[in-house]
Amino acid sequence: MKIAVSATAPHLDADLDPRFGRCQYLLVVDSESMEFEAIENPAMTAPGGAGIQAAQLIVEKGVEAVVTGDCGPNAYQVLSTAGIPVYAGTSGKLRDVVEAFKRGEFSPVARASTGPGAGMRGGMGGGRSGRMGSGPSGGMGGGRGGGRRR
Amino acid sequence: MILSVASGKGGTGKTLVATSLALSLEGQMPVQLLDCDVEEPNAHILLRPQLDSSEPVTAPVPEVDKGTCTYCGLCSEVCAYNAIAVAGRTVIVFRELCHGCGACSYVCPAEAISEVGREVGTIESGRVSGIRFVAGRLNIGEAMAGPVIRALKKLADPRAAVILDASPGTSCPVVETIRGSDFCLLVTEPTPFGLSDLTIAIEVAREINVPCGVVINRDGAGNDGVEHHCAQEGIPVLMRIPFDRRIAEAYCRGETLAAAMPSWQHGFRELFDRVRGLAAVGSVS
Repeated sequence: MKIAVSATAPHLDADLDPRFGRCQYLLVVDSESMEFEAIENPAMTAPGGAGIQAAQLIVEKGVEAVVTGDCGPNAYQVLSTAGIPVYAGTSGKLRDVVEAFKRGEFSPVARASTGPGAGMRGGMGGGRSGRMGSGPSGGMGGGRGGGRRR
Repeated sequence: MILSVASGKGGTGKTLVATSLALSLEGQMPVQLLDCDVEEPNAHILLRPQLDSSEPVTAPVPEVDKGTCTYCGLCSEVCAYNAIAVAGRTVIVFRELCHGCGACSYVCPAEAISEVGREVGTIESGRVSGIRFVAGRLNIGEAMAGPVIRALKKLADPRAAVILDASPGTSCPVVETIRGSDFCLLVTEPTPFGLSDLTIAIEVAREINVPCGVVINRDGAGNDGVEHHCAQEGIPVLMRIPFDRRIAEAYCRGETLAAAMPSWQHGFRELFDRVRGLAAVGSVS
């Protein structure tokens, strides 16, 4: 089965990147053969709508499932509209994550696992802290809000 | 003449200067005060205008005709803001991310995309004495001030003395406010923080070719860094308002400087005359 995992580096011995939309790499893995294609995530530096961009890439690649840490509302909307299940809340070395997926240890989520723009806040641990509530979707409108108020 | 009042650092006294200017010029010429700090307008607190109308401001967003759409995905490819996504046989528009550039509708080979208005804020207008007062207010949750500021500026009558009260900072809303004005007054405080942001504000004004000058507020409360920088850069210091507790007390009561201490009105009229002269010459950039 063709699955996508969010990765911190372009190989299966790397750690899963807990953020979907702003992960460093997306690995498209054939879960049977463990052959994979590593893609540098173009959405990582997007000013806004990173989840949307990453999700579209996934759809274009014909991926059948996404395995990640946190998936925000916009990415989730694109993926679920395309019929791609999202397995959120996973972590660890990619190889182990894929094996656990194959053993059926994960369940797909029914909604976004985190709030909008979570991938822009904090470091690696930031995206893991569970629900941050829903709000207006997307980022800050292209970083235009930054550095304005003193 | 269109005069914008900006700062860089927040809390330096833009609204104090803008409202005082408006009150000082009123009666001498037609005056308009446009509150362009659409995320937190405050000029109305000091001028207490009689508001008589309120108009919604809309920003264009795409609407896709699902019957005509071929799901080619070109709209999504061309969108710089990831505001439109094609997933299989569905198009999703993320309206809050849309910047209204129109690229998607322009490139659509099936002409399936039309632009519809999405309400993002309001414009409220009214009068206070002879001053035409207009304030923009961005709806809570909206990230983009541009459309509301542009709608406000459309109401400027260049034959009047039009005073634009900008928001703090030097980011998009401020650029949008200052752009195209005849002159920009930069209100600052004589402190290292004030100077740091003033330096950036001067660069912004230069970048968009708007001549500028400085008003030092709370003069005497800091150091001479701002004066020194202005001298070095050839930026005129056009007014100095002293660090005076009475001014702060009046402001806290909702009285702007020109109202609380009417003797200042003469100074503000002179400030306007000097600015008019500088703007005509197109100098100091």
